[in-house]
Amino acid sequence: MFEVITLFLFNIVIYSIPLLFATSGEIMVEKSGSLNLGVEGTMAVGAVAGYLIGCRCDSLLAGVLVSFIASALVGSIFCLFTITLQANQNVTGLTITTIGVAVYFFIGNALGPKWPAMRECERLVNSISAIEIPGLSKIPVIGKAFFSHNILVYLAVIIAVVIWLYFGKTTCGLRLRAIGENPGAADALGINIVRYKYLHIMAGSGIMGIGGLYMGLNMGGTFEGSNCWINGYGWIAIALVIFADWSTAKAIFGTFVFGFFNTLRVYNMPLATTFPKTLGWLSGIPAQFFSALPFIVTLIVLIVSSIRSRRHGSSNAPTAIGLNYYREDR
Amino acid sequence: MAAADYAIELRGISKNFGSVAANKNINLNLRRGEILALLGENGSGKTTLMNMLSGIYPPDSGSVFMDGKQVVINSPDDARRLGIGMVHQHFKLVDRFTAADNVWMGKKDSGFLLKKDRNKEIEAIAAEFGFELEPTKIVANMSVSEKQTLEIIKVLCYGAKIIILDEPTAVLTVQETKKLFDVCRKMKESGHSIIIITHKLNEVMEISDRVAVLRKGEYIDTVETDKVTKMKLTELMVGRKIELNIDRPHMEKTKPLLEVRDLCVDSDEGTTAVDNMSFYIRGGEILGVAGIAGSGQKELCEAVAGLRKIKSGKIVHKGRNLVGMNAKRISAAGIAMSFIPEDRLGMGLAPSLSVADNVILKDYSDTKGLMVDRKRARSQAESIVKMLNIATPSIDTPVRRLSGGNVQKVLLGREIKSDPDVLITAYPVRGLDINSSYTIYDIINEQKKKGVGVLFIGEDLDVMMALCDKIMVMCHGRLQGVVHANKVTKEELGLMMTGAVSLVNVKADSPAGIARDSAFTEEEWEEASDMSEGEDK
Repeated sequence: MFEVITLFLFNIVIYSIPLLFATSGEIMVEKSGSLNLGVEGTMAVGAVAGYLIGCRCDSLLAGVLVSFIASALVGSIFCLFTITLQANQNVTGLTITTIGVAVYFFIGNALGPKWPAMRECERLVNSISAIEIPGLSKIPVIGKAFFSHNILVYLAVIIAVVIWLYFGKTTCGLRLRAIGENPGAADALGINIVRYKYLHIMAGSGIMGIGGLYMGLNMGGTFEGSNCWINGYGWIAIALVIFADWSTAKAIFGTFVFGFFNTLRVYNMPLATTFPKTLGWLSGIPAQFFSALPFIVTLIVLIVSSIRSRRHGSSNAPTAIGLNYYREDR
Repeated sequence: MAAADYAIELRGISKNFGSVAANKNINLNLRRGEILALLGENGSGKTTLMNMLSGIYPPDSGSVFMDGKQVVINSPDDARRLGIGMVHQHFKLVDRFTAADNVWMGKKDSGFLLKKDRNKEIEAIAAEFGFELEPTKIVANMSVSEKQTLEIIKVLCYGAKIIILDEPTAVLTVQETKKLFDVCRKMKESGHSIIIITHKLNEVMEISDRVAVLRKGEYIDTVETDKVTKMKLTELMVGRKIELNIDRPHMEKTKPLLEVRDLCVDSDEGTTAVDNMSFYIRGGEILGVAGIAGSGQKELCEAVAGLRKIKSGKIVHKGRNLVGMNAKRISAAGIAMSFIPEDRLGMGLAPSLSVADNVILKDYSDTKGLMVDRKRARSQAESIVKMLNIATPSIDTPVRRLSGGNVQKVLLGREIKSDPDVLITAYPVRGLDINSSYTIYDIINEQKKKGVGVLFIGEDLDVMMALCDKIMVMCHGRLQGVVHANKVTKEELGLMMTGAVSLVNVKADSPAGIARDSAFTEEEWEEASDMSEGEDK
């Protein structure tokens, strides 16, 4: 019985981690005052590039670095269009999503049978095996669920915490937030807005890319012609940013909620059979409903967050989000 | 004077925005340790010129010299390095940050980690310059004057020797202005050179050592302040002699046309914007509304015009309670509103539509049938253009192509055209030059002579004291009192605007804002709240 609970919790973590990467990255982007709707596409490019190189070199590190760099380059395209060329951010973001996902399918279909199989990359597979954290992983029930994961899981949490500290405790973070709040004010102080935005949007996009790679590895690395690995998670991440109120610390818990619903999709049967009295009803619900659940929850979360921010006057949304800044604007 | 004696010298500066020349070949110099007033009407290029000094725009041509040496200012960073600091009219502050963080984020040697004791450090720096600063106060909770002080502290903190103040007094009360001028004098004594942009002549005479005048993007002259009169300055500024008197025709007063009692209205954020206001307007009088920007003027206008939900209170127009009626019915009842927001095009007109189309916006639904009556709209538009002397190529020109003054005339004209008996006009001369302003005052006076009751929400106390019959003062949404415009001083108004003085309950038998010859008896007022039930929402 406890094994089921442990397994359930374990999988919540597994499912919430890609969202944590993506949400942390998008928070970084949005704090600079840009709304990048291209999370899905950015993740797809990072995933496919990171996976192919990771398999080629048989190295997780290479895969992570390449997925970061590839997605950061996608981020630089977003910057080029919206900062340098002053294009509309929403349109640019949507274009990146379309193109990014298309790149995934294009490469996958082009490689066909030459698509590398993960199981042949021994070192890569080994480096994503679970690392037990001494002491903590021995705690009954939750020890195995939370402290026995692969290295990318820990990386996601570390990144989220580091970003949180960066915004709250460093001068650079303060300046970046100033740009997101009032770029005119930051500019008048001589802060190099263009450089700050480029760097942070690229870094944020890169982090999304690692999330994409994680998803690919999680699915066993097989290319599916019908479904992109990212499967709408990029969109959920954008909603999660709002749910987490633009805080990566809150995002750790926010993504956990979504991980829960995703796990429910996969593990509703074991739950129903292990706890027939209390959770037996779960088996009566059609599988399609569970697949739709994360998106339904997204919708509800957005409604609740909107009401919440209306009630309390304001959320932590950067004031200048989505607005292009042009110094000579009159 | 040798060139090296100037703190800054501009030679032949020009700047074009598209085909519009904002600055043409401007020469200007600032002596060390002086206060130079930069005088000019709106659109004369004062702000553009100063923005070039602070690195917001690069000039198209011309050169800048500091202490006799040529310098290039290409970015705000350059300006800062050269010791030029500008306090912009629209403050460049991050509302969500504390005062200290707003200063801290621009400090050069602030280190990677945010210091814990940065608040104390900033407070100490401010104290060095003689300012008291509450370092942990969030900017959003500050008054306008506090924000301005913070901007000045910022500029001083970054080591500026040349300080540019862009229309610093536009948003201040009389008392706050005095305080600002004391600060300016102190900065001057400590060796700073100051440029202060303004179009208020009184202030120029009070604070400046010299005055530089711009007109339509061109440099006219620089004169010593104590050797010039206000008349002469106006002439330099406008280009010809101009009469500076506003008429106040005397009219027979009628019974109250519009009576408002105990009105409470919420702002968009859900805070109380109008708090228990009572006032009334008679036919043939202009009631001015004075108050610091954001004291509830906008919400008051919108509530009376039916654009904003009323929390409680009564609005009675000629014996009918208007509460609960929608904007269209209120307008049909004879109440017209023209509101000029800060961005001047935001409300009331559709910028891309033509003059004629904007005129129909208000009464398109009065015509029968499916089609819009364009013929009538065109003839109405033409008569408005003629009546108010609107400079437009044709009535088919999109409104956004007109100059500010003409846009405002279109809006006011449309509202007048509906023959209202109460006209609410908020900031009708916002951003207009002297000439256009006087035309607008004339239009408003015309209405008054026709027996219309006018509610005039204004910014310039001098104008309101000359134009209005009575002035009511608001502070934080509360009524501070209603005074006769010819019996009050600016200082008194200023004190009321900050809430320091309230004249509401001076006379026990007749509280301010309650008409003794009301259209309703007290019993009827009691019942009035029930009357509105069943009206449309």
